[in-house]
Amino acid sequence: MATSTTSPTPEAPPATEPAANRPAITLNGVVKAFRSGSETVRAVDGVDLAIEAGEFFSLLGPSGCGKTTTMRMIAGFEEPTEGTVLLEGKDVTGVAANHRDVNMVFQSYALFPHMSVADNVAFGLRRRRVPKDQIRTRVAEMLDLVELGHRAKHRPTQLSGGQQQRVALARALVNQPSALLLDEPLGALDLKLRQSMQVELKRIQREVGITFVYVTHDQGEALTMSDRIAVMNEGRVEQLGTPAEIYERPATRFVADFIGTSNLVRGVVKGRAGDHWKVEVADGATALVAELPDTVTTGAHIHLTVRPEKMRIGTDAPGTDVSRVPGTVTETVYMGSSTHYQVDIGGGEEVTVYQQNASGSTLVAQRGESVWLSWRPEHSYALSS
Amino acid sequence: MSTDVLTPPAEPGTPAGPRRAARARRRIDWGRWYTWAVLAWLFLPIVFMAAFSFNDPAGRHNVTWQGFTLHWYQNAFAYPELNEAMFNSVSIALLTMLVSGVLGTLLGLALGRFTFRGKQLTNLVMFAAISAPEVVLGAALLSTFLMMGVTTGYWTTVVAHVMFCVSFVAITVRARVITLDPQLEEAAQDLGAGPWTTFRLVTLPMLFPAVMAGGLLAFALSIDDYIITTFVSGDVTTFPLWIWGTTRVGIPPQVNVMGTLLFLVGVVLAVANIVMARRRR
Repeated sequence: MATSTTSPTPEAPPATEPAANRPAITLNGVVKAFRSGSETVRAVDGVDLAIEAGEFFSLLGPSGCGKTTTMRMIAGFEEPTEGTVLLEGKDVTGVAANHRDVNMVFQSYALFPHMSVADNVAFGLRRRRVPKDQIRTRVAEMLDLVELGHRAKHRPTQLSGGQQQRVALARALVNQPSALLLDEPLGALDLKLRQSMQVELKRIQREVGITFVYVTHDQGEALTMSDRIAVMNEGRVEQLGTPAEIYERPATRFVADFIGTSNLVRGVVKGRAGDHWKVEVADGATALVAELPDTVTTGAHIHLTVRPEKMRIGTDAPGTDVSRVPGTVTETVYMGSSTHYQVDIGGGEEVTVYQQNASGSTLVAQRGESVWLSWRPEHSYALSS
Repeated sequence: MSTDVLTPPAEPGTPAGPRRAARARRRIDWGRWYTWAVLAWLFLPIVFMAAFSFNDPAGRHNVTWQGFTLHWYQNAFAYPELNEAMFNSVSIALLTMLVSGVLGTLLGLALGRFTFRGKQLTNLVMFAAISAPEVVLGAALLSTFLMMGVTTGYWTTVVAHVMFCVSFVAITVRARVITLDPQLEEAAQDLGAGPWTTFRLVTLPMLFPAVMAGGLLAFALSIDDYIITTFVSGDVTTFPLWIWGTTRVGIPPQVNVMGTLLFLVGVVLAVANIVMARRRR
């Protein structure tokens, strides 16, 4: 369904595409400013997004980055100060939430405590005056989908947190909205339950084929479930791409920091060497970089990012076709499946290296030993600030 | 061996276990005694009122226990003026409950949910209505009615009672509104409910226990009000006014009978409210 979404260039689909392939949700230059005292705070500061139909799309960022406000503008609970919101190509800016064809799963679930589970799920259908017998079958089907058919007559408060979560999901999905908005829906669950609900959510999304827009501050959650992720910071989208693109090639320093663990190494561009750029890092060591932004020239000071699992650690000097940096082990942490090394590479910089414990439990190097770090040119990137 | 069975060896970690338990058993549970003392303090006057409705007094004054009789229950409605006063009190209390229930709920909702111009002033006025001495309120109301040329009587009493009861309802409802999850109303709206449907199907049912509690409070405040009522009731007599009028000549035991019946109705309503609130949960 979301096969064409990996393309990083946001080119518009050609006119020959059928109308159903229009983006489910489009945000055009959306700004939301709140007045706080005498200041105006731009919670959302110019967001452009095109969320494809049937896609599992995540808005990821720290608290206060504007992801929830963005979602509330799609739902219709907030009106954008500037810009427009389109649902299936129709401009809905200024349309009240009860007249928008999207449904939301709230962080607190917001189940009606004075109604049974079945009445909660039927609420949306009753508002749209769906015939009674149809309501009954659709509610029963939906409760079966979330595996709560036997709990239809219970009150929400009699259910566990995970079950309430699934009722909230059923209550929204039963209306067959053009998109489902989920506001940190797993935040209140414990770790085990959260992991099983991630799988469950993904299964349900595949089965119903509805567009999911998922707001979370948990990068692990976003990486596991999403087709595409928009990483947000300070009201703007920092990077938009598939989980692999975001993880492997963070575009900005913020994204590199926020997603997973990342090593940031300062360096000076020395010039080209064959297919690669040579960058001097730490105390005179040489790193090779496959590509640099066009704006970067020889002599420029840049930041390189390398993921800890992309670095190799060893006592023998590596070849010259890879980045090679000498260092001293300052800490080793045995993690079971892998071992984490802290390595001082000089120049006041320290990096983290993950080494898989595939060949037994012997350490590559002890604390205080000298080692060589190496990584392939295509595994490090220059960051724009 | 048999002693082992009766008293198992003390756990190594807690050698003083059994002795400590014995001391705890001997210690006086002050919390429990205090609770009973408070309950007695609250209910003793009511017990006396109920008991004296069964008394067979010697003279005009029903103040010393003489003997048991059901005579007053058989002749509970022997005084037509008392019956009329009772009817006035109950009907005024019901009207007060209804009007201040509706107005107080709306007020409580506004104060708990929204920020608006004059919100602080409204809070202040409400607090003033509760804390101002009743004598002052009564006198002020009387002069207001006189200046406006309104003849005091039944309806001025209702207006006065609503005036001082509405704050109690509003405060009760406001407390509930503040604890309500605002996402509940958003959820209703998200599922296609307009503002009125949201209020009818979600907000009001959630507030209902508080509305009920506030309404019962208004009923209770209204039915036994004496001070404000004396100022604004004109020539209408209510239950408390009638009792006050007869204190000099001796209160007939029928007053105790009616007081007891009234108390029982109150108990039934309060219990019903609790049962309903529990079932709602």
